[in-house]
This record gives sequence, structure tokens and C-alpha cells, in this order.
Amino acid sequence: MSPVSTDTINEREGMQRGWKLWSERLGPLLALVLVTIGFAVADQIWGQGRFIEIRNVRVILVFTAPVAVAALGMTLIIMTGGIDLSAGTSSMLCATILACTMNADFPVTVAVLAAVGTGGLCGLLNGLFIGVLRLPPFIVTLGSMTIFLGMAKHLANSSTVFVDRERIPEWLSKFTSTAPPHWSGWLPNIPSGVWFALAIAVAVAILLSLTVFGRHVLAVGSSEATARLCGVNVFTTKLVVYALAGVLFGIAGLYSFSLLRMANPGEGIGKELKFIAAVVIGGGSLSGGRGSVLGTLAGATIMGVISSGCDQLGVANATQDIMIGVIIISAVSIDQLRQRRRE
Amino acid sequence: MSFSANEREPLLVTHRITKSFGATHALRGVSLQAFGGETLAIIGENGAGKSTLMKILAGAHRPDSGHLQWNGKLFQPARPSDARRAGIAMIYQELNLAADLSVEDNVMLGRERSRFGIVRTIEQRASVRRALGLLGHADLNPQRRVGSLSIGVQQVVEIARALVSDARIMIFDEPTSSLSRSDVQHLFAMIKRLQERGLAILYISHFLEEIREIASRVVVLRDGQSVHEGTISEVSDEQIVSLMVGRSVGKLFPKIDHTIGESALSVDRLAGTKKPSNVSIELRRGEIFGLFGLIGAGRTETLRCLFGLDRIERGHVLLNGRFPAANPRARMAAGFGLVSEDRKSEGLAQKLSIADNLTLSAISRYSVAGLLKLKRRRLEVKKWMDRLSIKAIGPEQTIGELSGGNQQKVAIARVLHQDATVLLMDEPTRGIDVGTKAEIYRLMGELASEGKCILFVSSYLPELLAVCDTVGVMSRGQLREVRPAENWTEGEVLSVAIATEDTKQHVKEKV
Repeated sequence: MSPVSTDTINEREGMQRGWKLWSERLGPLLALVLVTIGFAVADQIWGQGRFIEIRNVRVILVFTAPVAVAALGMTLIIMTGGIDLSAGTSSMLCATILACTMNADFPVTVAVLAAVGTGGLCGLLNGLFIGVLRLPPFIVTLGSMTIFLGMAKHLANSSTVFVDRERIPEWLSKFTSTAPPHWSGWLPNIPSGVWFALAIAVAVAILLSLTVFGRHVLAVGSSEATARLCGVNVFTTKLVVYALAGVLFGIAGLYSFSLLRMANPGEGIGKELKFIAAVVIGGGSLSGGRGSVLGTLAGATIMGVISSGCDQLGVANATQDIMIGVIIISAVSIDQLRQRRRE
Repeated sequence: MSFSANEREPLLVTHRITKSFGATHALRGVSLQAFGGETLAIIGENGAGKSTLMKILAGAHRPDSGHLQWNGKLFQPARPSDARRAGIAMIYQELNLAADLSVEDNVMLGRERSRFGIVRTIEQRASVRRALGLLGHADLNPQRRVGSLSIGVQQVVEIARALVSDARIMIFDEPTSSLSRSDVQHLFAMIKRLQERGLAILYISHFLEEIREIASRVVVLRDGQSVHEGTISEVSDEQIVSLMVGRSVGKLFPKIDHTIGESALSVDRLAGTKKPSNVSIELRRGEIFGLFGLIGAGRTETLRCLFGLDRIERGHVLLNGRFPAANPRARMAAGFGLVSEDRKSEGLAQKLSIADNLTLSAISRYSVAGLLKLKRRRLEVKKWMDRLSIKAIGPEQTIGELSGGNQQKVAIARVLHQDATVLLMDEPTRGIDVGTKAEIYRLMGELASEGKCILFVSSYLPELLAVCDTVGVMSRGQLREVRPAENWTEGEVLSVAIATEDTKQHVKEKV
């Protein structure tokens, strides 16, 4: 799709508008580049110069991938004007189910399907409560957040579920592996989980921009009344969005299990805020109708880069938290300023 | 001009007030006098300038020229609080109450009596009780939550609030539009009590019989001017109506020949949850059917019921030989298309592009094997933009950046794009410049000549009578009377629109 039509008014204005539109979309990406360069330079001066080594890049990518996958689900929800606070605990519920079914000697495919399916069910449940009872998403998912936490704790007997190394298939442990070799021939040895996350991103991007469903999501998010007027089934659209996002949260649980080889239900608490942060840094608007796959990917990666860069520089964990907070607020204020100027 | 009240000093005088917003002249010279102990009615059509006048009295707007006099002195309120302090209280159509607070907290809101920051509850309650007693509602418990009260009683709270603030003039804006018949009687009793205490009342309404019951003098507004001020018993209903209308239809309305065919839509005794209560319409191919009514008559609700957006309680809708299910999707598939009156928040998604807005209702048309053919859609959108001469940079421009007229054209284009055969158009020319209005009238004529039919809701009588083949008039939820457009006069339409069940017969005889 060419970004603008040029024959209705004049060509130059059209081109300028097209460029503006793109610069807006590329904003979060630009921020990512700046943050990366900043840390690389700082690391060369004050650190050991390991930040831009391929080893570290792999670590950043592997730790970013699950956040990105879940944040893509959150992007869908936020675009409809909703929110899912249960994303963190539901993804850990999925990880716990994965670990428990594996320990119970089920085949791995069954375990994975059970885990991801649980994610979908969690989302469906949220969507039903939001749609049928017409409750605000914030309230519904605030409640389901602790429900899912409690369910996971039940399964895990309120502790951590460990799975023996030999029970875990090779593909699942390699899914998020950062072990050497760092190069495979000419190409960097990027683990399958990162590729998978990219594939999901492409799929979500196509879903949003090239399908009827994607247009409906956008329409519901920008104006529910208009969507209803145009015959869009607002209820079903939301239901599918929450269920789909739930599946993605389930996949994020898969990543987290693969990374740690265990499932700890309590770890899900607070993760949802990270997912939301990725969307917001990427230009998503909590009032709905705005958000992009590219932005969300950039947002998730920015957070990964910051925490890795701070580790390399020996910056305390507390400082990292403050930095991410500052980034969130500045990302949103820059966006607001730009919006206001346009008006 | 009446001289009967001349021995007394008027409390409030407006002298040749004018006010424009951009190119629209909302007020072109309004003069009136309000006396203590008397109710002055202000009557006029929608858009005659009533609400602008009120906002000026309330200090929300400043007049461009002319002046206000309060108690014999020049009065220039700069902001609403100035007017309030002077003793001007407004009772708006939409009540301004905090539903979660008690009656007394609402009454005292903003003027709490306190000592060292502690609210003096007992002292407050006494004055709240006094105010409620004056209004004949001494039995109302000051500690009741306002949200739990009926609309009628909520209005009492609102009036009590004005009373506690020592208002000397109270302005009522269409106070009965959401009240039941008995609540209206209570309200009138209260107004009489206020009058006896020496307050001046300004009563804004378009119900003739209400005005006759409560007011002693009347001011008629038309096109932003006060065209008559006098004692109400000295003018007849017909005189008031002709004073309200009194303008000629220009050449704004292009006539396009169209022939009327067989029946396309037949609505039988349609009723929604509140409004409409009884609407039966026959619409034929190539017919433009105008629906007139005052605000609150139930025209918008009728369209929404037809389109499946509001719940239908009773009645049948037969469209193109089918009884479609009552949801927008099914109704659209059967041939309905709705152009919403609320362009900003319902009609169009302001953040989305022209292309998205225009195709949203029939987007699956461009989906091949699950993927949208955006190029094909783009060409189609441009075709529609050309046909309706929508001025924009291109199909990807955001709707919010377009002018009102162009936005409206996109909303209409969407309905045409989805191949609707029965167009429900709710105030399609509201807030649009004259040129675009004429374009829309022409388009409506063209569509009718193609065999589509249009249900055209409007508050602007001249356009209805000029553009439509048939005009029906609604009041209080019912379709009262349908005639070919040429058999109506503006005065007749208006008298049917302001008639209620009780007075309908009476007005008819006079006309």
C-alpha cells in the first residue's frame, strides 16, 4: 500500500505527509537505536566492551523474545481500548501446567498444547466477563490476575515445579539457548525462540493490517459506537482478541519455562506491567485505536537493552527500574506533544 | 410591546444583544424584560437562539454588542460565577447533580457552611429543609442519595440549590422534556410558589400549552431575533406559530425528478423501550420521506430501532419482502443504511482514515482468501470520493482532519458503498455549510431517481418541505400525521409537532 494519494491535492504535500507518517511509526525504532548506541559507547568507555559482543546480543534477544510475544498479545488488547492485568499470572499458570503435565509423563506435544490452550482459555474467560457482564477490562483482569495466580499455586503446591533435565526435549531447551557456539558459519547462531517470536510478529502484523478482523479490531478501538453502526460484532471481536492474546501469553509461558527449566507461579506477578510498558513505549495508546507491531517490538527490545546494558556497566538493579520508568513517561510525553502539535 | 408591567422596575433587561460564532449569527438583536413575581416564556424553533441567549445570561458567553441590565444597573458577567453571585440561577435540561451525594450535600455543594474547615451540618440541614419546604417537598429526606430519586424529584433538588443561593431569577430550559405528566404539574406548582416569593422566572419551551399554563408574558425568538414580546393572552396559538416560522424558502433546494415505485419498507406500530411508542410508516422506492419533530419527539430513536441499534418492544419491520433480525448486521444485509446524527462520536471513527471509515460496513468485500486487497479498495474509495466530491489529500487521510461537510459526505458514501436501498438519514445537513447542504439535497434526489428510498430526519423545516415527497410529523414518541409535502404548510407542521395528546384536537380545529 502506498502511504498517500498524491493526485487529489498536490504531490509535495502528499509526500510530506507520507514522510511524517513514517517518522511517527519509526520513532520507537529510532529510540531503540539511540539507546543501543548510548550503551555501546558507555560500555566502551567505562565497561569491559562486552555489550555489543555477539554473546551479549544473543542474551538480549533471548530475554526479549518472551516479553515481545506477550506484548504483541497486549498490543491487540490495548488497540481495542482494553487492558489485561492477568497476562503475567496467566502466562505463569501456563508454564506451571507445562511443567506439571511433563512431570506426569504426558507426551511433550500434549503438554505444550495444554499450556498454550490454557492461555487461550484464560483469555476467553476474561473476554466473556468483559463482554457478557459489561465490566471494565481493568476490573475483570484485576480479579482474574489473582485467580490465575491461585490456580497455578494450587497446581504447584505453593512452591516451584522443577522438571528433570532428561524429561525436557532438546528442541525445548534449545528454544532459548544462549550457549556457544555463537556463530553458525557466517551467521550468528540465533536460537529458534527468537525466530519464532519474529514469525509471530509478522503474523500479527498481517492480521492487523491485511485482514477484515484487523480492521474490526482497529474500528472497535477507535470508536465502539461507529463499529457497531457498521455492523461489526463488537462482542465477538473483543472475545477473539482476548483469546488470541491469551494464546500468546501462554507461548510466553513456554519461553519462560524453557529458560529456567522450572515454573514458579509467583514469578508472574508484575510481568503484565512489563508487557504493557513495551506497548506504551512502542506508541500504543491506552485509550485504544493506536498501536503497532513494530513499535511494540522496539519497546520490548528497548527494555531488554537497558537491563542488559546496565548489567554490563554494573549499574544497580534499582537504577534500571528508575531508567525504565523514565523511558515510559518520556515516550508517552513525546507522543502526546506530537499529537498536540498535529492538532 | 406590552406596557402592563411598566409601573414596576424590570429585574433583568437585555437590550439588542447580538452574538456570532464565526460566520453564524446566533443572535441578531434580542431585547426582553423580566420582572420579579412573573414568569416570562421564551419560545422559538430549534436553532432560533434560545440556548445562546441563556448562555449569555448565565455569563458563559459575552455578547458582541448590546447590553444587559440587572436591577437597573449595567451588568457584564465575565464568567458563570459572576452571574450566579448576582442571583441568576439556571435549571438546565440535563440536571447537574452528583448522583452519589445526598440531597443536602448536593444542595449545599460549593457553598458549604463551615467553621475551621468543619462542615456545620445542623445549620446546613436547617436551610436545606427550609428550601425544600418552600418548594412543597418538606417530606424529602435530606440524607437520601440523589441517584436513588426519580428525575422529577431530582429537579426539586436542583431548584432547591438555586433557592439556597438566594437566586432572584431562575431560568428553566425545557424543564419538562423528561418529566411525566404529574411531575410537570408539581413543577408548575413550584414555579408558582417561587413567583409568589418575588422571583422572576424565565421559562424556555416549545410546548405552547405549557407556556399558556405557566407564563403571563411571552417572547418569540426567530433566527436570533426577538420578533414579539407581549402578554400571552393577547396572542393566539396561530399567531405565535406564524411568528416562530415567518421565513421564506430560498432556491437552496435543487429539484431532481424522481418517480415513486412500489413499496420497499413497511413499518407497523413500531415501539422501542421509551421512544418511539407508536410509529407506522410506508416507504416506496424512489420516495424521500421527511420526518419532523421537536427535539425529544423520538425521531432519532425511531431510526435506531429500524436499524437494530435500539431494542424494539413491539411492531414489525418489513423490508424488501423480509423481516430482518433486530441487529445492525442483519438490517444492513436487508438493505438499511444509517447516517448517524452524531457524526463526531458515532457516525465516524475520528482516528481512522477515510478509506477505513468508508468501507468499514462492507469491508469483507475486499477480502480474498483471508487477506484484504487494499489496492482494489483504494481505487473503489477514490471512486466514491470523486462521485461525492470529497475534498481530501487522499483515501489515507484521517477523518478528524476533514471539514464537517466532507466528513458527512464520507458517512453518506459509506452507506452508498454498502449498497443500502433504504437510507436512514438523521440530520444529515446539521452543522454543514450551505453549499454542501445543496450538494447533499441534490445527491438525495439522484438516489431517489435510482430507486432508493430515504427516510430523512431533520429539525429544519424548510429543507424537509422542499426536498421530501412526503412528510410525517412526530411528537412525544408517536407519528402523528403524514401528508404529501405540498399539502403541508410550515405552520401546520409546527402545530402538530407542539401538540400533545390533550391539545391535538384543539389545535387541529383552529388550524
